[in-house]
Formats: sequence, C-alpha cells, structure tokens
Amino acid sequence: MKDINLDQVSENYYDVLKEIGNIGAGNAMTALSQMLQCKVDMKVPQVRLLEFSEVGELMGGEEQIMAAVLLAVEGDITGYMMFMVEEDSARHLINKITGGMLEGMEFDEMGLSAMQEVGNIITGAYLNSLSSMTNLTVFPSPPAVTIDMAGAILSVPAIQFGIYGDKILLIQSQFYDEIQLDGYFILIPDLESYEKILGALGVPMIM
Amino acid sequence: MSEILKVGIADLKTCVSPNGVMTLGLGSCVGIAIRDPMTKIGGLVHIMLPDSKAITGGQHNIAKFADSGIDELVRQMERLGARRVRMVAKIAGGANMFNFQGGGANAVGKVGERNVEAVKAKLRQLNIPIQAADTGLNYGRTVIFYPETGAYHIRAVGKPEKVI
Repeated sequence: MKDINLDQVSENYYDVLKEIGNIGAGNAMTALSQMLQCKVDMKVPQVRLLEFSEVGELMGGEEQIMAAVLLAVEGDITGYMMFMVEEDSARHLINKITGGMLEGMEFDEMGLSAMQEVGNIITGAYLNSLSSMTNLTVFPSPPAVTIDMAGAILSVPAIQFGIYGDKILLIQSQFYDEIQLDGYFILIPDLESYEKILGALGVPMIM
Repeated sequence: MSEILKVGIADLKTCVSPNGVMTLGLGSCVGIAIRDPMTKIGGLVHIMLPDSKAITGGQHNIAKFADSGIDELVRQMERLGARRVRMVAKIAGGANMFNFQGGGANAVGKVGERNVEAVKAKLRQLNIPIQAADTGLNYGRTVIFYPETGAYHIRAVGKPEKVI
C-alpha cells in the first residue's frame, strides 16, 4: 500500500472527479429513463470528503430506510459502486418496471430481484462510461441488494476506508423524476484508484 | 429527566443511570455495551474493525477498533468509579449486509463476523462476561442501552423491537 492520504486528493481534483460523476450518472440516467420510458433528471454531482460521523447523515439520517444495490469493482479501478433509493422510490421504481406488481405491498423476493436487475443495468452504464473515459478496465461483481437503514448500508464502504483513515471520499450523483423517484449513485474508488483515474484523465496527482 | 447520549460510528460514550446510550444503524460494525451493575455506570462503543495492530500509519481514533475501543471504554468507566471485576457486556451488530454470490467481494462479507470474533476475544481477555448477544445475520440494528437495568434494546427494519 502506497502512502496516499485522502487529503491529498485535494479540491484541485474535485472538478475532474465531478465530471466523472456527471458523465457516469448521465449515462446511467439515460439507461434508467429508457427502462422507465419517462424523463429522469439529475442534480450537479458532488465530490465529498466526509468524516465517518457525517456519512450517516448523507441521506436523511442513519435510520432512513433505503434500498441499495452494491457492486464491488475490480480491474484497474477497484472499489465500490452503489445505487441507493429511498424506500418509497424503490417501490415506485419496481412498480413501474413490473407493471404495478408491488402496489402497497412489502418487498418480496421478486421485488428485490427486480431492484437488483435495475441496479445492475444502470450501474453497468455508469461503469462502462467510466471505463471508456479513462481507458482503464472496470469489472463489476454481480450485484447484491438489501433494504435497510442508510447508516447500516453505508457502514459497508466506510469500513473499507476505515483501514486507511477516518474519512471517506465519494462521488455522489442525485437523480429525480417528476413523480417520486429520488436516489443516488455513489462511486467509491479505493485510494490507489483515485491516482489511476486522475492520471488516466491527464491530471496526475502531485504528492 | 433521563438523557440518551448518541454514539456515532467509530465513537464511544459513557453514562450513569438514569441516562442511557444509543447508536443508530449498526451494520457490520459492532455495538458493545458494558455496565457495572453496582454503580450503574455504563457505556457503549461502536467499533468498525477488529484489530488496531493490523493497521499501520497514523491512526488516531481508538474507538474504531474492537481491541483499543473496548480498552478505552473500560478505562473511562473505571475513571467514573466502575470496577472491572463487576463489569458485564452485551453485544449487537456484526451483520453481513450484502450477500454476494461467489468471489470478488468476500472481504466485505467477512468483516461483520471478524468484528464479532475480535470483540469476544477482547472481552474474554479482560474477563468481562458477555450476558447476551444479537449478532450476525443480514440486517442493520439501532441499539439503546440502559445501565440502570442492563436492558439492551434492539430495533431493526420490519422487525419488532427486541430487548436482550
């Protein structure tokens, strides 16, 4: 492990990383709106360096119930990719895709696997654009899905960062539609991957 | 009026009855609640990783690790007047939040389990008995601990509240 400090991924690089969030999430949005056959918008992506204590508050508190699809990323770029939506949005999303199968019901096996599939397709679109932008290989693992408290879900990537320090760096893109879809893409590269991504985009990190 | 102190991720706090301590959304992390039933002094530490010694580099947050976090909680409770020989513990958390099919992300899956093992080993080393545990499985937990009675309340999504 090279001696890389998160604080060195300073704000000078944030604009470049934001652009990744922009293009990646833009492609994912296109895939999502094709799937839903409606317009989906997104906000300006944010690059955030957070204390662990702030992570839980990222999405409406530690106990906010979210549906999350997590993929581990391997290849030249390693880390995690997450697709998270609020519980109601997840229900809305699944209903739209399955033609109203989940109306007013709890999430069953079928609903979860629909959610997993949606997550898989749109994070795939995000990661593909990341790969072609940087010319680096990106191999996502099969997706895993859960519905739980935001704090518990976000502790999973936070723990991986905990090995190196007390902060987590992530690229967050928020999206929404006219009705009730509200969710996030979070790209969480490992520390070494930041260096590779920035280098590939012609902005080498100066240590 | 009693107060419930909030413990963050990789954080610890002590309290004296009738006050309590809580932590929200434990995933693969473990919440270790310790109390001295005589003095009703208690505390909670929310650890993220098993072992502070396996990690190199400048690590300042001792509450992040099972070994150093429990040591520090016990030390702070002793400073308030608790005695280690009387201390008892309850633990919760250490879930495997995402079930990945096949390889690739195995390191993620094992963290909860390794955290629980490290917590048990540390408590054994300090001779602090574990009175109750609610660990593992695949869901997050919010916990509240009352040193007055030792009741450890556990909330999870879509499940009735449980007291251990």
